[in-house]
Amino acid sequence: MNESHHRQMDDLASRLRRGQISRRAFLAQSAALLASGALAGIPGIARAQGGEPKSGGFMRLGLHNASQNDNLDPGTWSTSWTGAGFNGAVYNNLVEILPDGSAEGDLAESWETGAGATVWRFTLRKGITFHDGRSLTAEDVRQSFLHHMKPDSTSGARAIVQQIADIQIEGSDVVVFTLSEGNADFPYLLSDYHLSVFPALEGGGIDTTSGMGTGAFLLDSFEPGIALRLVRNPNYHKNNKPYLDEVEFISVPDATARLNALLTGEVDFIQDVDIRNVPMIEGSADFHVQRVPGLRHFSFDMDTRVAPFDNPDVRLALKYALDRDDVIEKVFLGEGRKGNDNPVSQIQKFWHEMPQRDYSVEKAKEHLAKAGMDSVSVDLHVAENAFAGAIEAAVLYQEHAAAAGISINVVREAADGYWENVWLKKPFAAVDWFGRATVDWLFSTIYTTGAPWNAGWSNARFDELHALARAETDDAKRTAYYAEMQQIVHDDGNILTVAFVDWRNAISNKIGYGEVGGLMPLDNMRICERWWRKD
Amino acid sequence: MRMTSHPILSMVIGRIGLGLLSLLIVSLVIFFSVELLPGSYASAILGQTATPEAVAAMEEKLGLNQPAVLRYLAWLGGAATGDLGMSFAGRPVMTVLGPRLMNTVSLAAITALIAVPLAIMLGILCARFRGRFIDRFLSTSTLASISVPEFFVAYVVMMVLAVKLQWFPSMAGIRNSMDFGEQLYRMVLPILTLLLVILAHMVRNTRAAILSVMASPYVEMARLKGEPEGRVVMRQALPNAIGPIASVVALNLAYLISGVVVIEVVFVYPGVGQAMIDAVRNRDVPVIQACALIFATAYIGFNLIADIISIVSNPRLLHPR
Repeated sequence: MNESHHRQMDDLASRLRRGQISRRAFLAQSAALLASGALAGIPGIARAQGGEPKSGGFMRLGLHNASQNDNLDPGTWSTSWTGAGFNGAVYNNLVEILPDGSAEGDLAESWETGAGATVWRFTLRKGITFHDGRSLTAEDVRQSFLHHMKPDSTSGARAIVQQIADIQIEGSDVVVFTLSEGNADFPYLLSDYHLSVFPALEGGGIDTTSGMGTGAFLLDSFEPGIALRLVRNPNYHKNNKPYLDEVEFISVPDATARLNALLTGEVDFIQDVDIRNVPMIEGSADFHVQRVPGLRHFSFDMDTRVAPFDNPDVRLALKYALDRDDVIEKVFLGEGRKGNDNPVSQIQKFWHEMPQRDYSVEKAKEHLAKAGMDSVSVDLHVAENAFAGAIEAAVLYQEHAAAAGISINVVREAADGYWENVWLKKPFAAVDWFGRATVDWLFSTIYTTGAPWNAGWSNARFDELHALARAETDDAKRTAYYAEMQQIVHDDGNILTVAFVDWRNAISNKIGYGEVGGLMPLDNMRICERWWRKD
Repeated sequence: MRMTSHPILSMVIGRIGLGLLSLLIVSLVIFFSVELLPGSYASAILGQTATPEAVAAMEEKLGLNQPAVLRYLAWLGGAATGDLGMSFAGRPVMTVLGPRLMNTVSLAAITALIAVPLAIMLGILCARFRGRFIDRFLSTSTLASISVPEFFVAYVVMMVLAVKLQWFPSMAGIRNSMDFGEQLYRMVLPILTLLLVILAHMVRNTRAAILSVMASPYVEMARLKGEPEGRVVMRQALPNAIGPIASVVALNLAYLISGVVVIEVVFVYPGVGQAMIDAVRNRDVPVIQACALIFATAYIGFNLIADIISIVSNPRLLHPR
């Protein structure tokens, strides 16, 4: 593809980001560019496949993260299997995140909040029933939240529900949440897959055994760690949805077996395709590779309490000393989006575009000199599972940095136990971040002073802005706050983002889909009700 | 050991005692080596939501704050009475592993039913026609299939029969909802792979065992008396080669239970091996320990049977000097 096509595409993309064109228009126009042959092979454009949705048929998904411990207790869910198979198919949340990233009511018809965003009032949609015909009430919603709020809760949603001080119900269709401090993103958090609404039991608690939900599919059969079969719910509350009559989840832990299952037609969809297999799938007429930009990013993180990482100029020198293009080309075979020392993904609301930080030996030397050094030596801890390609990336980085007088000693750690014994324990280590659905959530769990996964970084102005933005309901002001915060992380922060990675799926051409969300895997876990079969 | 009036009975009891002792030692090794695994269930499950409080809450819930020795004794007591405890996810370990064990056993049983008679037959053939074409052909081909790793055999079988010819499904993911015919159809490729892997070993050992007996003077005597060669092999040599054949068969049967992890993963067969991998990934310690114990029991059990068979078939071993 030539230079002018590149520019046209960049232009389209930046207009999309500035909100001058809708995502749909962007897709249409970029597809036109694509049809002209200009963009073949550009990663990152999840095209709609297959025109208008069609009813009927089945879809089989080959996923790798099923476990024999999977069960219907939403507090235990932690994988795309449980997220898409239970939350996204059998149950619903109060709020759903649409593919374009906006929040829309799902079981909730509407919501309102006052100044300070501490009290949130949700009104439920009328006429929603569970699979056994029972009507949904506000008490079901309240009990579903209380399930995660028990004092000894081990729920994965513990961090989210900790901010809820009180839940009251008014009549059968209003739920009022009172938060311990304001949070303008609260509706977004309610789309978390743990926070599915279950039927309440007499005398408190929820029914986590029968599989009765409000979702688009009925739970037909479930063998933990092996397979899950879902059939269409004829009384679903969204028009026309779901399109498929039947969906089957099949556990295929081995990557080669997964690829073979797709190629032999045993499944229609596989996730996390190995980059080395991409050309093979793209060369076939029956399958295609789908790349959905997501939140997941690979980084090298520094503990700013430890010398020399306590010096912001050393941090900048290290950031300039990495040639990200080289790593993406050689290690990720072009599959990845260049990091810019900002943990916020381009698909997120409030993402702030900053000039790209590129490899520069001069700038690295300059910052090293500012720190009063002409060379520095650091240990970089990596393991094969720190992120896919972490060791190779670190070795390349060693080469890049040597030119700037920075000597990086690559320490290979054991993969087993890396997250317990190395991550957040060693001062400079490779990390695979899954990201968080909202900017506030990302910052408050990883970047504010004392956050649970913060490797020692602390910035007073950042913390101040975080508190301001959190309780602010005016989007314009929040945009400004978050922009400044991202600039601070970019310049002063302890994270060196190598690349953002896409959700990379391989799909049979018989399967159709529209715009695909990337905040979570599998179309924000809503693959079952949003996708269809074309033949 | 004092000789009673029933030498075979006392020998069997002694062997079983030894087997139980080895099992006890193995259980110690299993329990404490699993303890040494880095990482914990709580942090594996909670992943990037694992705050220190959440980890502590979960560990207390699971009783992991108890001393290891106490937990070992409780586990051993349970295991001795057939209760393998609760998995960390809150289901009884036997409920988790029961169906998986059934799958593994049925795969092993079908494979063994085909493999054992076939291997012994081929071994006898090789011994009978030693140095002839059939012997050289089988020796070379079995040597080749022993020499490549099992996952390679599995992928070759899958590529040819599933991807290229499309005769059989690439995945052997059998489910309860399928009828027996379909389950069997899906099991063809793993069975075929296992056959290729274990046949070679058994054929070669059967052949070697018979040939070593064939070199003894009494076989020479039988020949001199004019017995036909086939009769010499079947009537004179085979009965005295049963001991070594039984031990190689036992070894391969034990492999069919505990060594098929790789095959299960490649063909997505829901057996105990996959369950163990899943448990290791999640650090679900009770399930890991139960799997290891099942595997150890299979090994020790089959070898015990082989021992008994070879001693009974060769009375000289009853009176070791």
